Amino acid sequence: MAVHEFDGIIIGAGGAGLMAALQASKSAKIAVLSKLYPTRSHTGTAQGGIGAALGNLEEDHWEWHMFDTIKGGDYLVDQDAAEIMCREAVDTVYELEHMGLPFSRTPDGKIAQRPFGGHTREFGKAPVQRSCYAADRTGHMILQTLYQQCIKQGVTFFNEFHVVDLLVQDGVVCGAVAIEIATGELYTFHAKAVLFATGGSGRMYKITSNALTLTGDGMAVVYRRGIPLEDMEFFQFHPTGIYKMGILITEAARGEGGILRNNSGERFMERYAATLKDLAPRDMVSRAIYKEIREGRGIGGKDYVHLDLTHLDSKVIHAKLPDITDFVETYMGIDPVKSPIPIQPTAHYAMGGIPTNSDAEVVIDEKNTAMPGLYAAGECACVSVHGANRLGTNSLVDIIVFGRRGGKALGRFVQQAPLQPLPPDSEKATRDRIERLFESRGSESVARIREKLQAEMMDKASVFRTEGELKKMLDILRGLRQRYSNVCLQDRGRKFNMELLEAFELDHLLELSQVTVTSAMARQESRGAHAREDFPKRDDAKWLKHTLAYRDEELVSLKYKPVSITKFQPQERKY
Amino acid sequence: MEVSFKILRFDPQRDARAHWEEYEVELEPTDRVLDGLEEIKGRLDGTLALRRSCAHGICGSDAMLINGRNRLACKVLVKNLKQPITIEPMRGFNVLKDLIVDMEPFFAKYRSVQPYLIEKDAPPEKERLQSQAQRERFDDTTKCILCGACTTSCPSFWSNPDYVGPAAIVQAHRFIFDSRDQGKEERLKVLNHGDGVWRCRTVFNCVEACPRGINVTRAIGEIKQALARGKV
Ligand SMILES: Cc1cc2nc3c(=O)[nH]c(=O)nc-3n(C[C@H](O)[C@H](O)[C@H](O)COP(=O)(O)OP(=O)(O)OC[C@H]3O[C@@H](n4cnc5c(N)ncnc54)[C@H](O)[C@@H]3O)c2cc1C
Ligand code: FES
Repeated sequence: MAVHEFDGIIIGAGGAGLMAALQASKSAKIAVLSKLYPTRSHTGTAQGGIGAALGNLEEDHWEWHMFDTIKGGDYLVDQDAAEIMCREAVDTVYELEHMGLPFSRTPDGKIAQRPFGGHTREFGKAPVQRSCYAADRTGHMILQTLYQQCIKQGVTFFNEFHVVDLLVQDGVVCGAVAIEIATGELYTFHAKAVLFATGGSGRMYKITSNALTLTGDGMAVVYRRGIPLEDMEFFQFHPTGIYKMGILITEAARGEGGILRNNSGERFMERYAATLKDLAPRDMVSRAIYKEIREGRGIGGKDYVHLDLTHLDSKVIHAKLPDITDFVETYMGIDPVKSPIPIQPTAHYAMGGIPTNSDAEVVIDEKNTAMPGLYAAGECACVSVHGANRLGTNSLVDIIVFGRRGGKALGRFVQQAPLQPLPPDSEKATRDRIERLFESRGSESVARIREKLQAEMMDKASVFRTEGELKKMLDILRGLRQRYSNVCLQDRGRKFNMELLEAFELDHLLELSQVTVTSAMARQESRGAHAREDFPKRDDAKWLKHTLAYRDEELVSLKYKPVSITKFQPQERKY
Repeated sequence: MEVSFKILRFDPQRDARAHWEEYEVELEPTDRVLDGLEEIKGRLDGTLALRRSCAHGICGSDAMLINGRNRLACKVLVKNLKQPITIEPMRGFNVLKDLIVDMEPFFAKYRSVQPYLIEKDAPPEKERLQSQAQRERFDDTTKCILCGACTTSCPSFWSNPDYVGPAAIVQAHRFIFDSRDQGKEERLKVLNHGDGVWRCRTVFNCVEACPRGINVTRAIGEIKQALARGKV
C-alpha cells in the first residue's frame, strides 16, 4: 500500500480546485489530485463571462446582483451565502485581473462587461451589463490564469489520479484513495482535510454541454460515505445547445442581441417574458422552447428552434463570439452571420450537490452541522447560491469566491487539527470494487448501460416532469443497476485502463440519477428548473425548503432543511 | 454511414511493437472522429485507450495524427475524411498506450518559459488599465489549449527533442506582448539560444496543425524580431 501524507488534499483542478489550492498552499502542505491534466478541466469551456457589479459601463451594485441571483433561483437561494458571493465577486474579479487574466476591455481600458440572462438594474427594471468577459472564452482564460499562478507558486499536483473513495474514521475525515491512471496502482492520500472540487454531473443526460468526464464523481463518492446531497432535483437545461450535439452556444449570443425564433420566424420569447424576452432566465427560456416544439412550432415541425444572429453586425460576431462561430461552422457547416443556428435545450449545470456553508465546509444535517475536515466547492457543492435555477455567469463567480474561501478555511483548519490515523486497510473497499469488475464474466457493457441511462433521463427527468414518468424512471434505474452488476470488462490490464474508470463513472451516474429522480418525485411543486406538470405552481407554504438526500442501503431517504432568507421576501417570479 | 478506421495500437503490457488494427462502425455523417473512437471503444474493443474530455475542441486532450495530420479527434467530422481513417498517436513523444503519449516533457518546456504574469509593481485597487489595442496585441496567443499538435508536427522538434518547441514559444509570446507584464527580459533570455526560437526554420507545419487557428509562425517571428532589435 502506497501512502502519501499531506496536511490537506484538494480533489479537482478546475477553477474551484485551483483557486482553493492557491490559498491553502500558502500556509500548508497541500496536494491537488485530478483525473484530468488541470488545463483539461471543464472550467476551460465556459464562454460567456463572470458576473460582478463592477459598474464599468453603467451604474451597478452588488445588492442588485444579489437580488437577481435570489429571484433567478426562485427564492430557494440561501440569502446569506448569495450576499457574500455578490459582494466578494467584485474583489475576486479584480484579483483575477491582477493575476494576469486577459479580460476584454472597454474603450477606456477597463474590464469589459455585457448583459446576461436575468441580470438587471434596480431590482428587475431592465437588463444590465454585468458579465465580465474575455471574448467568448472567459473560462479558458480563468483556468489558464489560475494554473499559471499555481506554477508560479509551486503547487504540488498529482495529475491523472482518479479519486474513488473518501476515508473517514470515527466520523473524522482522514484522506482519500485514488487510482493512478498510468499504472493502475492504488494510492492512499492521508490528510487532515479534503476539499472536493470535482465539478458537475451532466453526463446523466443524453444531450449535454458537459464534458465526457463530468460524471459527478465527487458527489457520488461522499454520498456513498453517508454524506447527504442537497437539492439534486434541480438540474439546469441551457436553452441553446447545438441541435443533437448539445455543445453550448453561450447566452452571450443573446446578450449581444441574438433572438430565438420558431417555425414562423416569430420572436416567441415576447409571449413568455415581456420585459427581458430572450434574456429571461434559463429555466423559463428552456420551457418556452419545449412548449413551442410540443405545440408544433419547432422548425419544420421538428424538435428544435432557431437562434438568429443574422441581424447582428458581422464584426460584433467575429470579435465577441469567435469561438461559437467556429463551433457552428465546424459542427454544423453553418455561417452564423448568414444563417440561423438550430438549437435545443442542453443539460448544463447541477444546482444541487454536496451541502456546504459559506466557508465551503460540508454540512451534513438539517441543522447545518459541519463535518470536520471535509470541504467542497464549485459545481459539485451546493452552498446554495443558485437555488432552483442558476443565473448565467454565476457559476464562475461561485467557483472563484467559494474556492477561495474554502482554500482559506482549509488552510486554517489544518494548522490546528491533528492527523487522524487511517482506517485499517484503507484501500479495501476500492480493491473489492475493482476485483468485482475484473472478475465479472457477465454480458453487459458500460457503454450500452450508459447510453440507455442517458436517453431515459433525457426523456423522463429533464425539463418537464410528472409523477408517472419519474416513477417509470425509478424502475428503469433499478433495471440498470441490475445490469450493472453483470458488466464485463474487456480490458484486464492495469495501465490506462479507461474502461475500468468508465465503469466507476457509470456507477456514479447511476447513483446520482437515483438521487435526482427520487428528490424530484417527492417535490410536488414547480420551482426554477424543477417543473412538475402535475404540480405547476410554486408552493412556498410546503416547499420553501432544501432537500437533503441520504443513501439508505439501495434506497434514498429524504430530509429537508430551511432556506436562509435575509433581505428579500419571496415574491412571484415574473420577467 | 459505415466508417472504417485503421488505428495504430500499442499496449506495453502485451505488445513488443505497435501494430495496426481495423474497425468498421456505423456513424452519422455529422459525427466527429471522436464519436467513432468512442463507438469502437464502447462496442468493439474496450481496450482502446485515448484521452478526451470536452468533445468540442477546447480542453486539448485528444490531439492525434488523423489521416497523417495532427488534429483534435473531436474537431473533425468523419464525412470530411477519406476512408479508412487512419489514427496514430502524435509523433515525437513516448507512446504510453495506444493514442496516449507522455506529455510531461512538453509541460516541462511550457513551465520553462515562466508562463505567468510577472509584475514588479503592486497592482492598483481596481483593475490595471489596458487599451483595446494593447489587449489585441497578444490576443492570438491567448487561445492556446496546450494540446501539443504544433510541437509534434514540427520537423525541428523531431530532429532535436531539446528544442523548446512552438507551443512553449506561443505561451511566452502571450506574456511578452502583454502590456502588463514586467518579465520580458527573463523570458526573452530563455528563448534566445540554439534550442530556443532560433531552432525554428519557418516550416509552417505548426500553423497548419493548430486547431485554434493561431498563427504560430508569426508569433515566433515576432519574438525573433524583438530579440534582434533588443526590445519588444
Ligand atoms: C460549455 C459551458 C459553458 C459555461 N459557461 C459559463 C459561463 O459563461 N459563466 C459561468 O459562470 N459558468 C459557465 N459554465 C459553468 C461553469 O463553467 C462550471 O460550472 C464551472 O466551471 C465548474 O468548475 P469546477 O471547478 O467546479 O469544476 P470543473 O472545472 O469541471 O473541474 C472539475 C475537476 O475535477 C476533477 N475530477 C473530477 N472527478 C475526479 C475524480 N474522480 N478524481 C480526481 N479528479 C476529478 C477534474 O479532473 C477537474 O479537474 C459553463 C459550463 C459549460 C459546460
Ligand atoms: S476532447 Fe477536448 S479538445 Fe478534444
